[in-house]
Amino acid sequence: MEFFNPNSNVNFMGIRRYTVSISVILMLVSIFSLATRGLNFGLDFTGGSEVEATFAQPTEQRDVVVALEKAGFKGAMVQRFDTKNFSIRLRPSEGGESAKQQAGNESGVDARNNAITARVQKALDDSGHPAKLKPSVFVGPQVGKELATNGIVAVIVVLSGIMIYIAIRFEWRFAAATVLTEIHDVIITLGFFSVTGIEFDLTVLAAVLAVDGYSVNDTIVVFDRVRELFRSARKDGPLEILNRAVNNTLSRTIMTSLATMLTVVALFFFGGPTLHGFSLALIVGIIIGTLSSIFFACPMLHIFGVSKQDLMPKVRDEAELARRP
Amino acid sequence: MLEFPRWKNILVIVMLLFSVLYALPNLFPQDPAVQIIANRGHLVDAAFKERVQGALEKQKVQFKSIEQVRDELLVRLPNPDIQLKAADVLRTELGDDYTAALNLATTVPGWLKAIGGNPMQLGLDLRGGVHFLMEVDEAAVLDKRMSAFVDDIRSTIRSNSIRGAEVNRTAAGINVHVANAADAAKLGGVIANDIPQLDMKTSADGTTLTGTLKPVELKNINDGAIEQNIGTLRNRINQLGVAEPIIQRQGASRIVVELPGVQDTAQAKKVLGATATLEYRANVDGNAAEAAATGAVPPDAKLYFMHEMGPDGKPVPVLLSKKVIVSGDQLDSAASSTDSQSGTPAVEVTLNNIGARRMEDFTTDNVGRKMGVVYIERTPETKIVDGKEVRTVHITEDVINDATIQGVFGKRFQTTGLASLKEASDLALLLRAGALAAPVDIVEQRVIGPSLGQDNIDAGKRAIIIGFLSVCVLMIFYYRLFGVISVLSLFANLLLLTAVLSLINATMTMPGIAGIVLTLGMAIDGNVLIIERIREELRNGNTPVASIKAGYERAWTVILDSNVAKLIAGVALLAFGSGPVKGFAVVLLIGVLTSMFTSVTVSRAMATIVYGGGKKIRKVSVGGGF
Repeated sequence: MEFFNPNSNVNFMGIRRYTVSISVILMLVSIFSLATRGLNFGLDFTGGSEVEATFAQPTEQRDVVVALEKAGFKGAMVQRFDTKNFSIRLRPSEGGESAKQQAGNESGVDARNNAITARVQKALDDSGHPAKLKPSVFVGPQVGKELATNGIVAVIVVLSGIMIYIAIRFEWRFAAATVLTEIHDVIITLGFFSVTGIEFDLTVLAAVLAVDGYSVNDTIVVFDRVRELFRSARKDGPLEILNRAVNNTLSRTIMTSLATMLTVVALFFFGGPTLHGFSLALIVGIIIGTLSSIFFACPMLHIFGVSKQDLMPKVRDEAELARRP
Repeated sequence: MLEFPRWKNILVIVMLLFSVLYALPNLFPQDPAVQIIANRGHLVDAAFKERVQGALEKQKVQFKSIEQVRDELLVRLPNPDIQLKAADVLRTELGDDYTAALNLATTVPGWLKAIGGNPMQLGLDLRGGVHFLMEVDEAAVLDKRMSAFVDDIRSTIRSNSIRGAEVNRTAAGINVHVANAADAAKLGGVIANDIPQLDMKTSADGTTLTGTLKPVELKNINDGAIEQNIGTLRNRINQLGVAEPIIQRQGASRIVVELPGVQDTAQAKKVLGATATLEYRANVDGNAAEAAATGAVPPDAKLYFMHEMGPDGKPVPVLLSKKVIVSGDQLDSAASSTDSQSGTPAVEVTLNNIGARRMEDFTTDNVGRKMGVVYIERTPETKIVDGKEVRTVHITEDVINDATIQGVFGKRFQTTGLASLKEASDLALLLRAGALAAPVDIVEQRVIGPSLGQDNIDAGKRAIIIGFLSVCVLMIFYYRLFGVISVLSLFANLLLLTAVLSLINATMTMPGIAGIVLTLGMAIDGNVLIIERIREELRNGNTPVASIKAGYERAWTVILDSNVAKLIAGVALLAFGSGPVKGFAVVLLIGVLTSMFTSVTVSRAMATIVYGGGKKIRKVSVGGGF
């Protein structure tokens, strides 16, 4: 069977003004959201503490949030595992006063954890939802800052590494279009996390970097076909060739995305709560990456003005000619 | 006719055998176990084995087996609850003579182990435990070293009889002011020779020398501090009785400590969190008891108290000089022994060269006087002042030994006259612990419960199986026989990936499992590219054999290009990655490499088996009506 007519000739390039506009709008929305709302960074990046709470009775998330707010915890994040088990995340500034009093001879981390646990315990007890608490994570703020910087560096390294490789294997216009497509994918994925306010932790960052690699993969497959068609086609103009390349690779694009999507969806539903953010980032990234390789990459290539001459293996001949007397 | 070179077929078979063999150990379950290691001076032998067996039977603890592996005893137990109980029973029974650690014992048969077959290690998130990230206080390390240089320069000035010289420690380095330029030049030469770590500059008028630490030395000092810390941490963790602890350097100034099986952070931190240093200081004449009572301490002295209480149960005061003779970082080793002359317990200490010279200088003039060892314990604390986080340090200082100098010594010396062997080994332990030159603070801590670990393993397995099966269904449904070939090569990829990860002793974590699942999804891309190409060739009216051939050959360049891009992303992840991200990156990288082999070579070998061998082919089963 076929999902797509092999001789399909959807005029993707014909609607490029619309598709690129949508991409640009999505990117602007993402950038705007990233600039104003930012990302809801996880403990990995901000530092702070996490306390695991097991309630005696099934409890609503709202009640826990209200109880904590009442006790003066600012920006506490409450995550629900099941009806009785919750994780409570606290910013590093929390638990200050009592931590000072209780510091004593104990190790600093423990003192803080104990102080915070005691305060949370009191807040929950007062609200009529007694719970058993266990401090589970403490991350110093300086660790997070470094991670964030390293993450940005890693993204830049990936972008430039891939750009150089494609410039060598293809041509600079292809490299530029690929990198633009990548930036597009990464920004919109980040934008998704910014708009929805879903926690952005270390594993999500890893997923974003993986998405980066994946989206390049898709783009390269299309561009490889563009190169091939440019070299073999005689009379078609660049627009027709770009359009044919997208159509020819469409079946493959959809199949691979579908297969990858299936595994990632399996991760999302069956991989347990620790991988939720991670698999969500992959799901979003794969959708964006697939769409961008169909609707965004080739228009970019067109804007850069790729032509048949750019892809003919001529450089060597000219160099050869120049060397001859 | 469809052909495939024989050597490639052989390669495929060899690789498949290799994968099966080395992926196999992961199928053997792991027994919860207690590992018993003898401490110094104790043996693990048949009698000891009986003692352990007796203790377990007496407390009615069920066990699967007790076996001796080299110098260790391994008690296998039916489940983790009994494992905990057994460890408690054995710890009480064996006391300090042996260390009982929780462990997971493999059930991999001997022949498989003999050829290097081992299961993948499970990361903390999969088996539970404590994770610490510790940071070495670089500023303190540097400060200490610079102060030592200041002292060295002072003694150089003295030994060269240079008058009117003044040495100061500044923010940037060390300032030496000398009365006349000639002396300054001479001194500069001597310092440059003696302390090559410093960059010496002379001021315009020639009377002021400024020394700054060479950048290379700064790095050396930090590296040394980290290495020394890792060594000491390893020793301390061995005392904790943790099987397979991970103690690794991370970045420039951090150390990762992972203790599987440990749930009580407070206990672990008692050993890890408190850092110690040592200082040898001379006793100062004067009445210590009076100084302690009145607070009138002589100007060059500082009041300390002995570690042990006096016979009356009160702390014993000691007056020690403010000047440090030798500090812990100059101590190379300390071991308990017996004094060959008196036969009494003793501690043998070895200093490094700098320490040796300083000790010799000091003891030459001070035979018959007393010298104390101060043990300084630093406990890091985090407090909030005005809403900002402030890191402070709680310091306790104890004199652990105060002994009379019997003669001139330098590099090696003994502390004798200790009451018991235990006291000697305690002192040696404290001395070694104090050799930890650089203070470390815990900057990150995570506790992962044991049940959460098992939940994660189950979830991971489920995700892999469901992900794999759904890809199988999709591929076979859409591409028919070639779908089956792709699925088989995908399975070969899973095997090969598992085999390589097991062989390189990779630690499997949750992100690692995610990497496997993602790799399965992305690895199929190679096959999809090939099959789509075959379909296209068929569509263009080529013969089946020519289409298959062209499909594999023409898809290769794009597979290569796209995978190199993935490799670049993987390498960047690996380079930047800390802990969890690194595991993901390793799997992704290896997965890209193995998938290139399986999707191209393995699947082509299979396609050749199906369509090759001189058969006449009219149809290729790739779905899509061909």
